[in-house]
Amino acid sequence: MYRYDEYDHQMLSDRIAQFRNQTARFLEGKLAPAEFLPLRLQNGLYVQRLAPMLRVAIPYGMLSSTQLRKLAYIADHFDKGYGHFTTRQNIQFNWPAIADVPDILAHLAEVEMHAIQTSGNCIRNTTTDQFAGAAANEIEDSRPWCEIIRQWSTFHPEFAFLPRKFKIAVCGTQDDQAATQVHDIGLFIVRNEEGELGFRVLAGGGLGRTPVIGKQIRAFLPWQHLLSYLDAILRVYNREGRRDNKYKARIKILVKETGIEQFQRKVEKEWLALKDGPLTLTEAEFQRCKAFFKDPTYLPLEPFSPELEHALNTDVLFAAWHNQNVDAHKMPGYSIVTLCLKATGIAPGDITSEQMRFVADLADRYSFGELRVTHEQNLVLADVARKDLHALWTALKSQDLHAPNLGLLTDIVCCPGGDFCSLANAKSIPIAESIQRRFDDPEQLRKIGRLSVNISGCMNACGHHHVGNIGILGVDKKGEEYYQISLGGSAENLTALGDIVGPSFAQEDIPDVMEKLIRVFEEHREHEERFVDTYRRIGITPFKEALYGKAD
Amino acid sequence: MARLIKDRAIVDDHWVLVREPVDGQALRELNGQDVILPLQSWLELREDLPLRKGRTGAWLKNIELPESLAPWLTQIPLIALDFPVFTDGRGYSSARELRQNLGYEGELRAIGDVLCDQLFYMSRCGFNAFALRADQNLDAAACRFEDFKDAYQASVVNPLPLFRRRLGRSS
Repeated sequence: MYRYDEYDHQMLSDRIAQFRNQTARFLEGKLAPAEFLPLRLQNGLYVQRLAPMLRVAIPYGMLSSTQLRKLAYIADHFDKGYGHFTTRQNIQFNWPAIADVPDILAHLAEVEMHAIQTSGNCIRNTTTDQFAGAAANEIEDSRPWCEIIRQWSTFHPEFAFLPRKFKIAVCGTQDDQAATQVHDIGLFIVRNEEGELGFRVLAGGGLGRTPVIGKQIRAFLPWQHLLSYLDAILRVYNREGRRDNKYKARIKILVKETGIEQFQRKVEKEWLALKDGPLTLTEAEFQRCKAFFKDPTYLPLEPFSPELEHALNTDVLFAAWHNQNVDAHKMPGYSIVTLCLKATGIAPGDITSEQMRFVADLADRYSFGELRVTHEQNLVLADVARKDLHALWTALKSQDLHAPNLGLLTDIVCCPGGDFCSLANAKSIPIAESIQRRFDDPEQLRKIGRLSVNISGCMNACGHHHVGNIGILGVDKKGEEYYQISLGGSAENLTALGDIVGPSFAQEDIPDVMEKLIRVFEEHREHEERFVDTYRRIGITPFKEALYGKAD
Repeated sequence: MARLIKDRAIVDDHWVLVREPVDGQALRELNGQDVILPLQSWLELREDLPLRKGRTGAWLKNIELPESLAPWLTQIPLIALDFPVFTDGRGYSSARELRQNLGYEGELRAIGDVLCDQLFYMSRCGFNAFALRADQNLDAAACRFEDFKDAYQASVVNPLPLFRRRLGRSS
């Protein structure tokens, strides 16, 4: 993992002192609320429906056991004993007091964490594949690049007051798990014909009110030019992005209105002025950052573990979990384990302080003291010896962290919704729970197979409903909470935006609606086809008819 | 006389900011004074400017591009960039463009909704003078330049990004 040096520490402590001063002035009435607003947002602090909410950055999802224990401490001392992992690999606390926030930030700084730019109209946390560095199908570890981007974007003086928020994702694997194509900038690590490393650059993707899949603006950007090129894109956006209408202020609208070719020309022109200047990345800096992410000291293990085979053959529940939640690792004898934080009755992504400490201990014992947070709101132990999998699973059971539903219908991605968020039109957590309660047979869930369900409580789409195989969007219908269903979305390599199936439904109808959709899928499914593949093959009509009856 | 922060010191402001467009006649009435004209007026009256008594600068709206002044940058003693609201960040990019791409070396002044909490970023983008909003405390504001001891990015204040200096130090 990246470790801070004296420069990083100094900047972080300077930032806390700055925010302490700003918070004190605000509480004394010397700083107007509207002027404090962007300052607190860029320190992760929202004022929500019931209390302030603090969003803490987990840069590209990497978390050490020490950091997780600190998050547990904060949950206990400044909150109500739990935290909520978000769809951007961050964690939120829903109940801190404004006056406590500078102290919370000081606690975070002790473990090299912060809440910088987790909100506001600035460059947000850079996200990536949660399996980076461990995945069997990796092109190149994305984390050194994410760290380079983190440092470039942190306190960038030119881009703190952009037209709107700005999100960057980096993908270094064959199978994109970072929803890279629906980010303001998506970077795919590639090699050119000469074998040189670089990036395929996408711009103008995003979800929210107007979902758009990013468009390629450069097929190959040599890695040395990454930062000058990012500077160029951001400068064009900062100068020309719309500021007259909040809902048209994201870069996707600028790219759309300018046209991709014209936008590309503007970026190239800006880039030429910066290219080959001091922003050019050096081999030394790349190697410095890369060294932080070198492999842990893997043991030389046999790919075949007799202990594991025995457990798989004798323990059906373990085998089911193994089948669903364990992924291939690049090293023989190792696996990647995902702890699905989607047990029925718990808000998706929520974790108690007790569970945090417990998982931190497991990370120390089984996975070199490190964890990752996924944008599907789950936790990953990326380097577990296969012979230890059964012991790990047994331990997880004791804390109800063994949900065997990763990637299945009940592994629901869900924003905090109307229960917490002041932007929401409708609740989302109770919808997730009602679906989980209806589909409570593990055997049936396994038969249905891979299916992503994403729920957002409003158009801002924090639950990424546009890219859910089944997307559920909370809408306000004359003061009542209703839910619009979309089908066929995907954030994978073949990224697609879901199609709205028809008029929205009342909250209590959603479990029945889900059952009808599944029934159509089961009737039309061929072989072991996934839901999204069946949908692509048969289209929306059969689903529509099942929900609304046949059109005349 | 109004006060402002220039090169980190609190000083008297000798310049008259002309907010509305002026013609030649109106400009003659300002003879003897240092004035900051709207960009459009500056461009229109450009040829008369060397003849007038007093220095002449230009101020740009958030939507106006600094490139339009490119041919005359060595002659302009002062360029001001207007912030109609402090959350409109276009001026930061214009400032960097003036300093880094166009090589402007004269006074670069932030005017309008200029607040103490933005001074650090503004200075790193190349502003060296700050006509703060009237309600801001200049003594307190002058301390805000020290908010951070260092930064990751290349900036007008320090053209080398940290990654180049960091390595220089350790090797």
